[in-house]
Amino acid sequence: MSAPLEDNLKTAAIRDGAVPRIADRRAPRGKWLALLCLLPFAVFFFAFQIAPLLWVTLNSLNTADGWSLANFEKVFGSKFYLQAIKHSLQIAFWSSLFGIVIAILGSYSLRQVDSKLRDFVMAFSNMTSNFAGVPLAFAFVILLGFNGALTILLKQAGIIEDFNLYSKTGLIVLYTYFQIPLGVLLLYPAFDALREDWRESASLLGAGTWSYWRYIGLPVLTPALLGTFVILLANALGAYATVYYLTTGNFNVLPIRIAAMISGDISLDPNMASALAMVLVGLMGVITLAHQLLLRRSYHAGR
Amino acid sequence: MRAAETKRGALYHRMVVWLLFFILLLPLAATFLYSISSSWSATILPDGLTFDWYLQLWSEERFLRAFAQSLLVCLGALALAVVLILPLLFVVHYHFPKLDGLMNILILLPFAVPPVVSSVGLLQLYGSGPLAMVGTPWILIGAYFTIALPFMYRAISNNLQAINLRDLMDAAHLLGASTWKAAFLVVLPNLRKGLMVSLFLSFSFLFGEFVFANLLVGTRYETLQVYLNNMKNSSGHFNSALVISYFFFVLVFTWAATRLNREKP
Repeated sequence: MSAPLEDNLKTAAIRDGAVPRIADRRAPRGKWLALLCLLPFAVFFFAFQIAPLLWVTLNSLNTADGWSLANFEKVFGSKFYLQAIKHSLQIAFWSSLFGIVIAILGSYSLRQVDSKLRDFVMAFSNMTSNFAGVPLAFAFVILLGFNGALTILLKQAGIIEDFNLYSKTGLIVLYTYFQIPLGVLLLYPAFDALREDWRESASLLGAGTWSYWRYIGLPVLTPALLGTFVILLANALGAYATVYYLTTGNFNVLPIRIAAMISGDISLDPNMASALAMVLVGLMGVITLAHQLLLRRSYHAGR
Repeated sequence: MRAAETKRGALYHRMVVWLLFFILLLPLAATFLYSISSSWSATILPDGLTFDWYLQLWSEERFLRAFAQSLLVCLGALALAVVLILPLLFVVHYHFPKLDGLMNILILLPFAVPPVVSSVGLLQLYGSGPLAMVGTPWILIGAYFTIALPFMYRAISNNLQAINLRDLMDAAHLLGASTWKAAFLVVLPNLRKGLMVSLFLSFSFLFGEFVFANLLVGTRYETLQVYLNNMKNSSGHFNSALVISYFFFVLVFTWAATRLNREKP
């Protein structure tokens, strides 16, 4: 074990000894040229990512009578906007929860079946992760709309009275669908952390399936599960295309409200849109931050 | 006793995997069935089968134009992304490895800022004035570059770490190559796989992008997704053929990426 390490140290020492001389000779011009190569990227990234965000941040504080927090006061004082926030959070939470439960069951079973079936279903799941937005909404209208094939089938079987795809429940079902492939994609590698011999040791020590999962399986997986859940939440919170196509912008969620104030015909109000956008970015920011923290924790736990 | 239990377990896992497959397949299968049925309403199964909807779709001029425009915008965005990201990655990894940490934070921005938020700013900034781009494909190309950035950066960055950039460059330098020559003739060919995989994957989700396309450009330069949305009130069978045709392309590109990824280098 020690020989390769020594070897590495040696090559590293030789390399580090050799590199500065080469680097010194061409350092000044090379570094400037290198920085110049970064310039085009920096310009485009600023123009299309940073600048719009800066504009939104600044103008969320801009009102007809000067700079103030009035836009935000309006957001948090209005039942209509609060309902949009509430709907967004509810749909994101439930679809992420259902999505992750299905993804956990699915990816755990995927690891237990033969590789042919596994590769096939994994590949298919990866492909369906791109089946989202408008085409997905359209497919769901065919399947679960008022005259959808599945709606009629379930109605005739007497399982459901009626199903409204254009309601909150309908949207949660639809969102859950596009969360599943993403969840499987993210969770499948996480099960690597569970070693088969732990299960065997646990069962030798008298643990049943339940106590194995309760005391070993779930605690080991927790950071990965939380991390995946957080990504699913963000994925659902920002989704716009599906709900826009289904309800022509009539269902009250945050992205719909924001878009209505910049592209609608009736109520153009970019400053108010900015304030709502900042609320959405704030929610996403909290989520992204939580994800980074969890990622760091799971990284150390994995070593 | 033990063997029977394992057997039951194996059956359970197979069932779950097949169930997962059927859940994922269901919307696609229904859309496909709808696209090849002559008429289908308020019954569980269609009345008859036909390929007419596909013939109609592929001879529709507006569809073909939207399709071509989608392709152009996606390819343009990917070309821009390659031209901007490859030098960036090379410079970061070779000259300023410390910048990688900063880049890893910056590439989170496209995730943390949903397209609908960026659109608010983009519409105002480039709606008028010297940089007026709203309503043209150029603004889409720029916006799509930011969507592709995190995926391309991560994929190629992993690839760069795997090929030991510094040793390769030093070897090339020792053999008398200039930095430019070494970057183009030695490093670039070694990145081919990571680059191709990330390009295929980026293409398959850029092709389905709707938010930017609808808010920034709309019907002024109609892409496939916007066209599908605008055709909402036309025949469902026609739209089904459209969705299946679109997904077929995505399928081909995702499949190519998966195949390429599995290949041994």
